[in-house]
Amino acid sequence: MLSNYLPILIYLAVATGVGVALLVIGALIGRYFTRYPDDVEKRSAYECGFEAFEDSRRRFDVRYYLVAILFIVFDLEIAFLFPWAVALDAIGSAGLVAMGIFLAILVVGFAYEWKKGALEWD
Amino acid sequence: MPDTQNWWSTIAPAAPEMYLATVICVILLIDVFAGGSRRPRLTGTLTLIALAVGAWVTLEYGSVGGRTPLFGGLYIADPLALVLKLSALLYVAVALLYSRPALARRGTGGEYHVLALTALLGIYVLASAGNLLSLYIGVELLALSLYAMIAFDRESPVSAEAAMKYFVLGSIASGMLLYGISLVYGLTGTLALDEVALRLTAEPSLGMVAGVAFVVVAIAFKFGAVPFHMWVPDVYHGAPTTVTLFLSTAPKFAYFALAYRLLSQGLDGISPTWTQMLAIIGVLSLIVGNVFAIAQANLKRMLAYSAIANVGFILLGFTTGTAAGYSAALYYTIVYVLATLGAFGVILLASRRGFEADELEDYKGLQARDPMLALWMMMMMFSTAGVPPFVGFWAKLAIFEALWQVGAVWLIVIGALAAVVGAFYYIRVVKLMYFDDAPSAPRGEASGALRLVLGVNALATLALGVVPASLFDLCKAVLG
Repeated sequence: MLSNYLPILIYLAVATGVGVALLVIGALIGRYFTRYPDDVEKRSAYECGFEAFEDSRRRFDVRYYLVAILFIVFDLEIAFLFPWAVALDAIGSAGLVAMGIFLAILVVGFAYEWKKGALEWD
Repeated sequence: MPDTQNWWSTIAPAAPEMYLATVICVILLIDVFAGGSRRPRLTGTLTLIALAVGAWVTLEYGSVGGRTPLFGGLYIADPLALVLKLSALLYVAVALLYSRPALARRGTGGEYHVLALTALLGIYVLASAGNLLSLYIGVELLALSLYAMIAFDRESPVSAEAAMKYFVLGSIASGMLLYGISLVYGLTGTLALDEVALRLTAEPSLGMVAGVAFVVVAIAFKFGAVPFHMWVPDVYHGAPTTVTLFLSTAPKFAYFALAYRLLSQGLDGISPTWTQMLAIIGVLSLIVGNVFAIAQANLKRMLAYSAIANVGFILLGFTTGTAAGYSAALYYTIVYVLATLGAFGVILLASRRGFEADELEDYKGLQARDPMLALWMMMMMFSTAGVPPFVGFWAKLAIFEALWQVGAVWLIVIGALAAVVGAFYYIRVVKLMYFDDAPSAPRGEASGALRLVLGVNALATLALGVVPASLFDLCKAVLG
């Protein structure tokens, strides 16, 4: 039984090997084949050839998270709906009812978030 | 329509879950459209009515003669599930009842009640899980509801810290559980617990032992057993008392179901593997819980360590690997949670606006200020300590008896010693209430009706102690 896991072990070894090798090769080439070992331009952020406008680590409004999380909920619903629509012939009325229950629960959540004002920006 | 009749009869035992899910949606909508700040008590009242009807639905549809698998074995209706569900429902209802004044004082939103109901639904799913997947869904539904409930008091930094700790550690525990489940699935090739039990080899492979170890770690995490107990004191202390009350009562049934369904049913064939692990975890919990509880000055923290110690006893029941041990563990869970419910109920009823009675100091001379509350608290403490004739004594005795039958004498010795150490700090609370001078602390502002419920709660620990046979026989019957 345990021998079935041999491919996974090999995969782990290869993945680790490749990961380490890339880092080591990069570091070695960088150390021995470079003309300018240390340079301001090398250490600055690369942004399509011009100066970076600002630091990437800046604060932004927490409301983006709310919008993002609400979006994910209803976006994933599509991931269920497409295969369901394709397979509707095979799953019949039971599938129709099951999806109806699923959507009804989502509608409850939608009504709740709407009424709570989660969809309003201000 | 005979066809509809037939179709309904195949899923009728799952009616309690369907009922709860429907009621959750309805109450959420009523709360947001008609409740809120306009009628702040509406949702709480509706929830209690829904729970009362839910008790009837559970009893009516959940009572099946024997073991009835539904939905291709994903869901199992059996007498054990019924007992767990009814106990959890009763304790949730009483916990919400005790919380009413405190929730009204803080102006907590109706979502609190909806989260309590989703947690109960999680417990229901877990109690009836017949498959590793439904088991996991139950665990997650319960855990997600609890995370949100602990974080409910979002203005309080202590509460936020507690929620963060519980969330991070709870997620790790869920991850462990999933990993253990994936190993068990990988080595048996099935997710159904019945099938897992059939396909186990007598001599477990290395992978299987690893899978069992991860599952046991997850169960210990959820129960809050040593060495996975770090979150318990901080979360019990940091969460609002209403949530601590909730967290320390009904979910214990869910974790009992988790341990029983997964270990005792699914992995019964290799029980020596996990009984050894549980014995170590149980003994450590008994020692650490009882010793650290002595040093606490805060009653909620003390009860948290007491919870760790009592979980040790429940796990000792599991270490026997026999039906007698499981029924003793179930009996212990019901009995211990009954007394905890009352103890946190006293904390809530002794508090008032701007004053939280959660330090041991606050209980000095309670007898002079509020003799009735002091009497109820004394009964809870005596029951948890295991003083006869309170029911806690019989629970400990049942565990010891089950251990005796399998010849685990050293576990009995450690358990008895731990119980003696534990008695010290429970009785210290009684001493503070009855023999110390009263500082001028304010009196609780709870209504007479709630005091009556608490009185019934306290008298139940006494009545079940005087006539212990019926409840114990029930526990034996459902696990026989």
